[in-house]
Amino acid sequence: MIRLEKICRTYQLGGQPVHALVDVDEHVPAGEHVAIMGPSGSGKSTLLYTLGCLDRPDSGSYWLAGREVARLSDEELTDVRRHHIGFVFQSFHLVPRLTAAENVELPMVFAGLPRAERRERVEAALASVDLSDRLDHRPDQLSGGERQRVALARATVMQPRLLLADEPTGNLDTSSGRQILDLLDHLNDAGTTLVVVTHDPSVARRAGRVIVLVDGHVVRRLPGGEVMGAADLFAP
Amino acid sequence: MRDLIRLAFQAVAGHKLRSLLSMLGIAIGIASVILLTSIGEGTRRYILGQFAQFGTNILSVVPGKAETVGLPGVLGGTTHKLTLDDALALQRLAGVEEIVANAYGTARVEANGRGRSVYVYGVTPNIPAAWRFRVRQGGFWPAGDPRRGTQLAVLGPKLKQELFGEENALGRFVRIGGSRFRVSGIMESKGQFIGIDIDDTAYIPVANALRLFNLPEITEIHVIYAHAGLADGVEREVRRVLTARHNGKEDFTVTTQKAMLDVFGNVMNVITLAVGAIAGISLLVGAIGILTMMWIAVGERTEEIGLVRAIGATRRQVQVLFLTEAAVLATLGGAFGVLGGMGLAALLRFAIPGLPIHTPMTFAVLAVAISTATGLLAGVLPARRAAALDPIEALRTE
Ligand SMILES: Nc1ncnc2c1ncn2[C@@H]1O[C@H](COP(=O)(O)OP(=O)(O)OP(=O)(O)O)[C@@H](O)[C@H]1O
Ligand SMILES: [Mg+2]
Repeated sequence: MIRLEKICRTYQLGGQPVHALVDVDEHVPAGEHVAIMGPSGSGKSTLLYTLGCLDRPDSGSYWLAGREVARLSDEELTDVRRHHIGFVFQSFHLVPRLTAAENVELPMVFAGLPRAERRERVEAALASVDLSDRLDHRPDQLSGGERQRVALARATVMQPRLLLADEPTGNLDTSSGRQILDLLDHLNDAGTTLVVVTHDPSVARRAGRVIVLVDGHVVRRLPGGEVMGAADLFAP
Repeated sequence: MRDLIRLAFQAVAGHKLRSLLSMLGIAIGIASVILLTSIGEGTRRYILGQFAQFGTNILSVVPGKAETVGLPGVLGGTTHKLTLDDALALQRLAGVEEIVANAYGTARVEANGRGRSVYVYGVTPNIPAAWRFRVRQGGFWPAGDPRRGTQLAVLGPKLKQELFGEENALGRFVRIGGSRFRVSGIMESKGQFIGIDIDDTAYIPVANALRLFNLPEITEIHVIYAHAGLADGVEREVRRVLTARHNGKEDFTVTTQKAMLDVFGNVMNVITLAVGAIAGISLLVGAIGILTMMWIAVGERTEEIGLVRAIGATRRQVQVLFLTEAAVLATLGGAFGVLGGMGLAALLRFAIPGLPIHTPMTFAVLAVAISTATGLLAGVLPARRAAALDPIEALRTE
């Protein structure tokens, strides 16, 4: 599904280069569940955005489902995101003036799906996150856990093959977080490739494989089951 | 597209007060333009209607040479009088249907123990045909040599009502300026002409009027010709014949109705231009308001822009989204403006009943359409800015 070769991403910050990703090589087969861990500023989000075709690496190559992303135009990248990639963010990123149903509908509006089909899919997606009774609530009328579930419904409504989550439980209490993680596991069981960025060892433990980033370098790869505490993971 | 419009509406509705304020510029501009054009168009229709009452294939000759239309006798003195013989000479020209010679003044009309000062028109008896006036009762004195008078008079309906009330007036006598006339007819009501009540008048033979008012010459000759195509030919012939009769001097002024309407048309064009300038300025102001508001909105909604890009909106779609929003704002502003302008026009019509006001529907529709176009133009820069945002930068703004 995903192959990265010598991916580098450098930001310029006041004339100083900041190396967010350095020579990252990675392979993620379809259907895998990967967690990315690392200290703050280690490049986790940058890597996730790169995988999500939102950020372009400065060098190296990225193949997604057999296609080299660098060769794709902006339009084509948008099309890939639209049909094949779902995003879940730590801060939900719901549009505040739209209802839960309208937020979930949004990707299908941009994809130009017919109205009737959109309705059906919105209902199904919100039912799958157990929010059938919150269709007409706006984000400020929902709890954090409910908001993240709306965001998850929005991320999956186009039935993407790749789901990318950046600290999906970072703003949630334990039980809401567990609910989200269960939903993610469920999607992964159904075949969706899952990449989750997290600080939390208990989240990482659910993954099949964990990648540890420090200062833009991949320093360790280990099975999810072997994750103990964060401190020893990040030690060089 | 329908969904984008709906999204734009939701965005506009999300900041009600701010949206209303940014619409205000366009709304006020459009309202004032609608009000001004309503008055302008009303006036135009009023004037045209007034002239059409008398028919349009008409030209008038007045004594004295004037350089500008409408000011006869001011610049040069009259050397030859304009006489009834002149009028009769014009009667014989090809294409001329009717000639009305008239001389008028104010006089006291008395009958039945009552009296009233009114305009008294000395005319030829063909005015029902020439001026499209209708006689309700009786008729004018028989046509004949206009140089010879007769003691018959026709009363306007209002004058008749004032003097005789519901009584029959035909055959009764009235005193006009001390001279006795028998009433031979009553006119149909015609209303006002440019503010003069032409129902409150009396018509007497032109020869009697010259004597009564002690006038040296007639006041005006109307030449009515068969159709518009004859206008230039008739005007030329009138000048030629009268000049010849006046020893080669053109000491009279010929005004065609076309010339009068042309002058009026020029005035209207200037007014239209002024209204256009106001429209332009107010739309510019409105556009700046919307541009500012949209620019701020893009800044505030970077997170949302990043999000929609991440979930599959193309740059173009983001651009269209903000353009639509600007267009919706401007269209609503324009629509409010049209309603406000028409409301003010209605209020004015209510407050000043005589004021001619008319709002053509095409103007209203056009105003809204122009507002939409203005909004689209004003939205271009903010929409471009939104589309150019880097989605990651936009998502990191937290
Ligand atoms: N637009 C930018 N300009 C300059 N530097 C940037 C920019 N975006 C990210 N960086 C830098 O790149 C590095 C990696 O950032 P990234 O957001 O990927 O870290 P992260 O691992 O997700 O951190 P966190 O756990 O705090 O979210 C950081 O040092 C960050 O400061
Ligand atoms: Mg991050």
